[in-house]
Amino acid sequence: METYSLLREFADSWMLLLLFSIFVGVFFWVMRPGARDTYRDTAAIPFRHDDAPKGPEEDQT
Amino acid sequence: MAQYVKLIALGLVTLAAAIAANYGRDLSYQVHAVLIMLIAGALFLYEVRRTDEPVLAAPQNEYLDSVVRAGVIATAFWGIAGFLVGVIIAFQLAFPVLNFDWSEGYANFGRLRPLHTSAVIFAFGGNALIASSFFIVQRTCAARLWGGNLAWFVFWGFQLFIVLAATGYLLGGTQSKEYAEPEWYIDIWLTIVWVAYLAVFLGTIIKRREPHIYVANWFLLSFIVTVAMLHLVNNISIPVSIFGSKSVQLFAGVQDAMVQWWYGHNAVGFFLTAGFLGMMYYFVPKQADRPVFSYKLSIIHFWALIFLYIWAGPHHLHYTALPDWASTLGMVFSIILWMPSWGGMINGLMTLQGAWDKLRTDPVLRMMVTSLAFYGMSTFEGPMMSIRAVNSLSHYTDWTIGHVHSGALGWNGLITFGALYYLTPVLWKRQGLYSLKLVSWHFWLATIGIVLYAASMWVTGIMEGLMWREVDANGFLVNAFADTVSAKFPMYVVRGLGGVLFLAGACVMCYNLWMTVKAAPAKEQSLATAVPAE
Repeated sequence: METYSLLREFADSWMLLLLFSIFVGVFFWVMRPGARDTYRDTAAIPFRHDDAPKGPEEDQT
Repeated sequence: MAQYVKLIALGLVTLAAAIAANYGRDLSYQVHAVLIMLIAGALFLYEVRRTDEPVLAAPQNEYLDSVVRAGVIATAFWGIAGFLVGVIIAFQLAFPVLNFDWSEGYANFGRLRPLHTSAVIFAFGGNALIASSFFIVQRTCAARLWGGNLAWFVFWGFQLFIVLAATGYLLGGTQSKEYAEPEWYIDIWLTIVWVAYLAVFLGTIIKRREPHIYVANWFLLSFIVTVAMLHLVNNISIPVSIFGSKSVQLFAGVQDAMVQWWYGHNAVGFFLTAGFLGMMYYFVPKQADRPVFSYKLSIIHFWALIFLYIWAGPHHLHYTALPDWASTLGMVFSIILWMPSWGGMINGLMTLQGAWDKLRTDPVLRMMVTSLAFYGMSTFEGPMMSIRAVNSLSHYTDWTIGHVHSGALGWNGLITFGALYYLTPVLWKRQGLYSLKLVSWHFWLATIGIVLYAASMWVTGIMEGLMWREVDANGFLVNAFADTVSAKFPMYVVRGLGGVLFLAGACVMCYNLWMTVKAAPAKEQSLATAVPAE
C-alpha cells in the first residue's frame, strides 16, 4: 500500500479513536470525585499574589 | 566572559550586515541590512560602555513589570498605527484616487494591505499577548519571570521583527502568503525570538510557587507552542540567494494551499483565540472581582478547542483542487468548534453572575463583556460560513472581511482595550483610571464603529455574492465584475466611517491612559507590601 493511503487509513481509524478517547478521558477526569475543591482553590489563584512573588517565608502557611 | 561573547557576536553581526548591505540584490534586503547594521553597531557601542560595570542582581521578591509597561505602550502605539493604515486602505477602496501616483509601488492598496493586517494582528495583538502573558504568568505563578533580561530580548526582538516585516511590505519584500508575508530571514529572526519567548514563559511556569497551573497559562502556552509549529511548517522555503529577500516555497500547488490555510486558520485559532482567551480568563475574573464561573468548564473548553481547531483550516479551500474529504473534514470540525467556543463565552459571561450590577458602573467590564458577546457572534458566524453551501455565496466576498473584523475589532480589540485599562493603573501604581467617562466614550465609539463596519460588509458581501451568481434565462451571467464594484461604493464609505470611529475611540483610550500615568493620584503603599516579611 502506498504511504498516503496507509497514513490516511491509520488517521481515520486508530488515531481518530485515540484522540477521541483522550478527549472523553479529559471530560471524565474533570468530573472526578474531589475535583470541586481542587478547582475552587485553583480558580482563586489570580486573587492571591497581586503585588509580589511568593517568598520563601510563606511556605509554612 | 558572557560580555565578551556578546561583544564579539554583535561585532560580527554588524560586519555581516554591512557586507550584506553591499551585496544586497533588492531594495528591501538592502534597507534591512543597513537597519540591522545600525542596530547591532549601536548595541555594540552600548555594551562596550557597559563592560565591567557592576551588574545589579534582579530582586527576586519583585515582579518584572518594566517589560510589561513597555508592552502596554507598544500595544497602544501599534494599535493606533494599524487602525490608521486600516482606515487609509478602507478609503483607498472607496476612492481609488487615494492610490496616489507618487506613492505607486510603495503605498498603494496592495502594499498597504499586508501592512495593516500584520500591524493589527502581530504588532497590536502580538504585543498585547506578550505583555499580558508576562503579566499573567507572574501573578498566577507567584514567581518573577524566568531568565532575567531575556524577557527584554523578547520584547525588543519582536519590535525588530515588526519593523522588518512592515518596511519589507512597503518595499516589496513578501513571500505572498497571507498573514505569513515576511521573507525568510525575518522568519528566522522571529523563530529565535519565539524560542526565547517560550523559554521565558515555560521557565516561569516551571519555577512557579503555586501548585497548579492556572487555566489562563494553559491557553497562553498552547498559543506559544502552536504558533511556533505553524510558523516553522508554513515558512519552509529556500532562499534564492543569501544576499536577496526572494525565496521559493518547498510545497507547491494544492499542498502549499493546504499548508497555508492550516497555518492561516490556526493563526486565528491559536493567536487570536487561544491567546486572547488566556487574557480573558485572567482579566475578566480580576475586573469582576470573582473567580471564573466554572473551572471545570474552562478545562473542557481548553481541550476541546485544542483538539478541534487544528482541523478547521480546509474550510478556506472549498470548491478548489483540495480533495472533497479534506474540505468536508474542515467543515465538520468548524461546525463542532461552535460548542467549545460558546462554552468559553458562557463561562466568561457567567463569571459576572451575582455581579451584573457592575456593568452599570464599570465601563471597563462592559467592554470585556461586549468583547465576549462579539466572540460569541463571530464564532457562530464562522462555522456557518464554513458550510459549503453558505461558503459558495460568501467566499471571495466582503462578508468574509466583515466576519474577520467583527471578530478582530469586537473580540480581540475590545478585550485588549479592557486589558490595557486594567493594566495601566496597576503597572504604574495609580489608584484608578484618569477618567471612566472617557472609557465610556471609547466603548461607544468602538462599538458603533464595529456595528457600522460589520453591517455594511454583510450587505455588500451578500449583494456581491448574489450579483456574481445571477444568470439570465439563457444561462449567461447578468453582472460584470465592475458592476459589483460600483454597487459597493456606499457600503465602502460606511465601512470607512466605522473604521474612523474605531480609530477615534482608540485615540481617546491613549489620551486616557497617558493622563492616568501622568495625572491620576498614586496608589498608597499598603503596609503589607512595604514591610519586608520575616
